[in-house]
Amino acid sequence: MYSIISAISTWAIPAIIVFIPLYAFFRKVPVYESFVEGAKDGFQTSINIIPTLVGMMVAISVFRASGAMDWILGFFKPYLEWMGVPSEVFPLAFLRPITGAGSLAFTTDLIKSYGPDSMIGRIASTIQGSTDTTLYVLTVYFGAVGIRKGRYALKVGLFSDLIGFIAAVMICLFVFS
Amino acid sequence: MINALWIFMLLVGFIAAAAQGRIELVTEAVFDGAKTGVGVSFGLISVMVFWLGMMRIAEDAKLLEKLAKLLGPIVGFLFPDVPKNHPALGFIMSNMSANLLGLGNAATPMGIRAMQELQKLNPDKETASPAMCTLLAINTASITLIPTTLIAIRMNFNSANPAEIVGTTLIATMIATAAAIIADRWYRNRHAPPAKRSTSPKMPLERTG
Repeated sequence: MYSIISAISTWAIPAIIVFIPLYAFFRKVPVYESFVEGAKDGFQTSINIIPTLVGMMVAISVFRASGAMDWILGFFKPYLEWMGVPSEVFPLAFLRPITGAGSLAFTTDLIKSYGPDSMIGRIASTIQGSTDTTLYVLTVYFGAVGIRKGRYALKVGLFSDLIGFIAAVMICLFVFS
Repeated sequence: MINALWIFMLLVGFIAAAAQGRIELVTEAVFDGAKTGVGVSFGLISVMVFWLGMMRIAEDAKLLEKLAKLLGPIVGFLFPDVPKNHPALGFIMSNMSANLLGLGNAATPMGIRAMQELQKLNPDKETASPAMCTLLAINTASITLIPTTLIAIRMNFNSANPAEIVGTTLIATMIATAAAIIADRWYRNRHAPPAKRSTSPKMPLERTG
């Protein structure tokens, strides 16, 4: 099963990149001109994201580098331990929604220290793989079109991260023990 | 809420650094973070230029319309207020398919393109419409069939079975996505009762800030 899906993942992009222009070509679309016309927007769209992304990254960076995150983590620790969560994976609950690169680095470090086949390694892998970085997605998607008021979108994203975190821990404890 | 979260991270960071007597950490972190922000945006340019070009071809060949039609019932359920056959639906579908296959590189440009189309339908250009919130909810939870990066890392550290987390990840991601969709629906209904949605969308917004 894994090898099939993995093969699909590897083949998908090259296949799409050939299929779309080929299909369009036979439908008499001026493919190259269409490509250039659409691609023009790419630069401006990426540039539009800079202000929101810089703003968000600065706050996240201050929050992490100052040790504030570890502080807050210490506050929640007893409750999470009471629920049976290995304390080593706690930081992921905070890191995962705010920084993709940060949580990936942290997960890699856990896998390296405790081994990929340890319970901690498995839980960390599952958490990392099961959701996307809420703050990043919100900043980029809304930033690109100039939305300033996200309404309830952030709450929904963080709520689903929390549910995903709890689900990942529970499922791993259940499946692998 | 984003305002509160932003100021919270800055303020708590400031206090934590001050309490340790290492206030210079804040300054360093600010410039570090700013650099990362610009770096990520610039990193997006290449991917964005390429995929938006590709998507224009698909658009001109009417491929996206086909995709939207094919998966119509699902999108219809998730995005009830986007008119049928609207180009946004095609982009939403390609964004969801790319996520599913774990093609993060391609998913982001398609998602942004979908946002741009939804923005055209949005009466208030600074406030996210319900459809935009739903698209965001789906993307933050992001159902993935295969967590390719994680499998690669596990392989690197000589896991006996690098792919053993595929099943647990799939279940966790489905639960997270279901939670996102349910929460999104709940807020959507609470914030704007269908009868009043078009006439007074602003009033309930101000209440919750």
